[in-house]
Amino acid sequence: MKHRTFFWFILPTLSAMVLFIALPIVSVAVQSLYIEHEQVLVVTESCGPFGCDETTTIDTEATAALRSEQPLGRFNGLGTYTNRAHLAFSEIGEAWRTTESLGDFFNELLNLPFYWALAFTLTYTFVVTPFVIVLGLAIAVGVNNLPRLFKGPTIFISLLPMIVTPLVGALILFWMVDADGVIGALLQRLFNDPSLSLKATTSLNWVMLIVYGIWSSLPFSFIVFYAGLQTVPHDTMEAAMIDGATKWQRMIHVVVPHLMPLVVFITLIQLMDNFRVFEPIISFQAEAHARSLSWIIYNDLIAAGNPLYGSAGATSLLTIIGVAFLLTPVLIRTWRDFNRKSV
Amino acid sequence: MLLKNATIAGALVGLMGSAAFAAECGPEGQSIRVLGSDFPAIQAVTATAEANCGGAANEFTITLRDDTRDMMNQAQTPNPAQYTSVIVANSTLTQQMNDGLVRPLDDLIEKYGASLKPNQLITVDGKVMAVAFMANSQHLYARSDILEQAGVDGIPATVEEVVAAAEKIRAAGIMEHPIVMNASGWNMGELFNLFYFAHGGELFKPGTADPNVNNETGVAALNSIKSLTEYAHPDYLSHASNETQGLWEAGQAALGIMWGSRGGDILDDQGSSPEVTGSTVLASAPTVAGGSIPAATLWWDGITIAQNISDEEAEATFAALAGALTADMVAEHNDDAIWLIEGFKPGPAAEGVAATAQGGAKIYPMIPYINLMHNAASAELADFLKGDETAEQTLADIEAAYVTSAKEAGFLQ
Amino acid sequence: MATKAQSRITPLTILSVAFVIIWVIIASFPFLWTAWGSFKVQGDFFSKADWTNALIGTNTIAETGSAFTTAGYYGAWVQEEFWRAVLNTSIVVFFTVTISLTFGTLGGYALARSGYKYAFWLLMAALVFRAMPHITLVSGYLLPFFEWNIWGILPTTIIVLVAINQPFTLWMLHSFFLNIPKDLDESAMVDGCTRFQAFRHVIIPVMWPGVITTGLFSFLLAYNDFTVTRMLLSQENETMIPKIASFLGSTQVQGNVMFAVAAVVSATVPLIVLIIFFQRQIVSGLTAGAVKG
Repeated sequence: MKHRTFFWFILPTLSAMVLFIALPIVSVAVQSLYIEHEQVLVVTESCGPFGCDETTTIDTEATAALRSEQPLGRFNGLGTYTNRAHLAFSEIGEAWRTTESLGDFFNELLNLPFYWALAFTLTYTFVVTPFVIVLGLAIAVGVNNLPRLFKGPTIFISLLPMIVTPLVGALILFWMVDADGVIGALLQRLFNDPSLSLKATTSLNWVMLIVYGIWSSLPFSFIVFYAGLQTVPHDTMEAAMIDGATKWQRMIHVVVPHLMPLVVFITLIQLMDNFRVFEPIISFQAEAHARSLSWIIYNDLIAAGNPLYGSAGATSLLTIIGVAFLLTPVLIRTWRDFNRKSV
Repeated sequence: MLLKNATIAGALVGLMGSAAFAAECGPEGQSIRVLGSDFPAIQAVTATAEANCGGAANEFTITLRDDTRDMMNQAQTPNPAQYTSVIVANSTLTQQMNDGLVRPLDDLIEKYGASLKPNQLITVDGKVMAVAFMANSQHLYARSDILEQAGVDGIPATVEEVVAAAEKIRAAGIMEHPIVMNASGWNMGELFNLFYFAHGGELFKPGTADPNVNNETGVAALNSIKSLTEYAHPDYLSHASNETQGLWEAGQAALGIMWGSRGGDILDDQGSSPEVTGSTVLASAPTVAGGSIPAATLWWDGITIAQNISDEEAEATFAALAGALTADMVAEHNDDAIWLIEGFKPGPAAEGVAATAQGGAKIYPMIPYINLMHNAASAELADFLKGDETAEQTLADIEAAYVTSAKEAGFLQ
Repeated sequence: MATKAQSRITPLTILSVAFVIIWVIIASFPFLWTAWGSFKVQGDFFSKADWTNALIGTNTIAETGSAFTTAGYYGAWVQEEFWRAVLNTSIVVFFTVTISLTFGTLGGYALARSGYKYAFWLLMAALVFRAMPHITLVSGYLLPFFEWNIWGILPTTIIVLVAINQPFTLWMLHSFFLNIPKDLDESAMVDGCTRFQAFRHVIIPVMWPGVITTGLFSFLLAYNDFTVTRMLLSQENETMIPKIASFLGSTQVQGNVMFAVAAVVSATVPLIVLIIFFQRQIVSGLTAGAVKG
């Protein structure tokens, strides 16, 4: 395709992405190198319905003067990236020197907010993604083998977890898995442990979030695999059958290789989405037990009141780098495919 | 259509009520745009203001949402600001003042604030920055019937008594987990504030932004919290108001530290049995370790006027809102809130907050960096309550997390 | 062929059917539970005392005199005017899907047909763009949008949703176009068509399965979005999901949770109709795509 034609075809999508994603990313990256100006504080007294208190306020005029000189703030280089809230280099160094066993060192490491969040994020990503792929494929094969009459309704029901608004889906599940809720009570009976509560301990909270993650992502992989199954070449299957291959062998040797491109696609999307896990943590009110990188960003931007843009920007960029790192194998594969195509 | 009729009807009532009505709405033909959180008391105030002055204004919009805190600073930064008034609470006034987005109200109060009580005025550095109209705080909820059944005399007044009562209830086999308290997310940091203040602590070294929590008072505060959570529902770390209220209404708790603003909902006839509502007592928040300060923070909600708008708009907006803070409005909406306005008749739902305020509870501090400290406590306290960390380690973590963000925000060097 | 294979009942077949049945139960149970519970009062559906209350409606009977109540639906639709939110959602979803697909088909087609290296790097860039957490993007938009006075209106939200949806759309459609044989449009160009004419007359007629499938995912994104719509829309332009969230109450004040539940159940109805209507296309669309990594 000619450069000029290509340009006109790509222009709308490219300008939308540049304007609303690329420019913000650049601005976030720049912002993450700066910190706020020194705030000029004044000690004063504040009074209200409940009496007076000594307090401090910001001298907004003096601070505004500083800000108008350097609108971005004070340049801090990579300082924000290496501080305690992010990569925490000096704290790790300190922990390495002072701890005696590797176990102690990891305890210290996980006490740092970024690494604690990274631990959950990676666990979540690497448990949910394979489960979603394997179970999604299994459901797709199962549904594909159903009599025609049942296929339609089953497909519809299978899509339900994806089409019920996550916000409310999680809210309702939050109550259902409560020790007093229907699923919680069922589990208590199942494990014969009346004090069992999914929300009480960190490990069970992780299990709960991961199961929810699998449940809500399964429809996506199911529908993609189901479609892929429709294209499995009949003659190959037939040939395999004549050779006496069992159903299982055909599945492993014919169907799965045929679906490999889809597996790659789903892995790509799932790794990316799971690495940014956020909503379930809020909906399940599980912050005490599980935090993700996106949760840290939320905490800096929203919960802090006056947003900490630099800190949130640094975590966002670290997230992007993390995603890029995870996707490298997939990207290399795409690069090879692409070169094959252009030949 | 409906809205318009309401406006006219309201205007008529206003006209009949006072002859000087037109003057009370300030300059005519202005645009009045109010932003606030979505709850009954703010609905009442803004609706009354619109009924009174909607006719005199060129435009009167009321925006009540549940996420005002997340966007109010960005909305008010441009000139002209998106809203002429933001209805704030302690922490959001700080958030607005940090960016210099609200204006002093002294001259406006002189003109239009005749009916306001002096204790409604929120003064910072000698200037009135907000006019409060309602109060709120956490306090103790108790089930008198269960306490009686367990052999506890009266309503516990200290944390130690609460714990002892909880132990008696547990020992009597009535409930395994008699205590409920809000502890998820933001509530966790608030818990720390409650007990740190009750132990007489100051979050910052006087006059500076340096943290001051890693000390004996901090350890005592953490231990007080833990003594209570021993008897709390196993899931308490995921509990916010909806869950604690649900447990209470289901009769599964006997002692609770919950928001006063939930009192009305708990005492009403929905979602609960007469047995529970009939024996629920709203009492002062408990004191701790022989101290006299109740473990609670006092909150107010009040009106502010935007900095980045014209003086005429500011005047019209203030006149409309201040004019709504009257005894008539309170008489009509008496049970919607704990009003700080003349004419309020405290009902049973207000008893807890009133007792807590009289007991000398601390006001939630209006310090520019309080949100950072609160956030740090919310994030770090869970490790201690889960039993993963010592109190000292947790307090050191809180300080470290606070110092990191305070440095970025420019409060510390 | 397939029928012959199915006629033999092997343990594997039984296992696979059993597995599907379990999945159907797991997938539908929360929804059925919600639909049933939406006709109860909050004290039952979110019962802390006994979960069987949600089934039999103990409190519902005590409070309303009957085991079923439509109070949630009445509250959401009449009292809180949920239909306004539905209307806004329809507008947002319609334009987001249409614009996304228009931009995406053009771009995806170009990427699929260009052999130059920059096409690859554009695809990679789109992936990086997709990795950006939405919450950071949205907080970054707030201040400029307020300054330019374009905050709160539907077009702003639509274009933001289109933009953050583009990487996925682009990747998916790019894969679909790779599967449409090159010869098809190239032979048309040999016959004297320009590239655009070839696209219009040859590619557009055969691309629908892929477009519909991609459209489904765009639809779900726009329909279910919370982060963007919550922060960028004013009160009168509020869409369904932020509206539902606003029923849930806050720390200080109790919300109308049953309004939210009723709204969720009613919000699912159009989706059911839509899925049933497009089911065949969705599956055949993905088939034609055989999406490649």
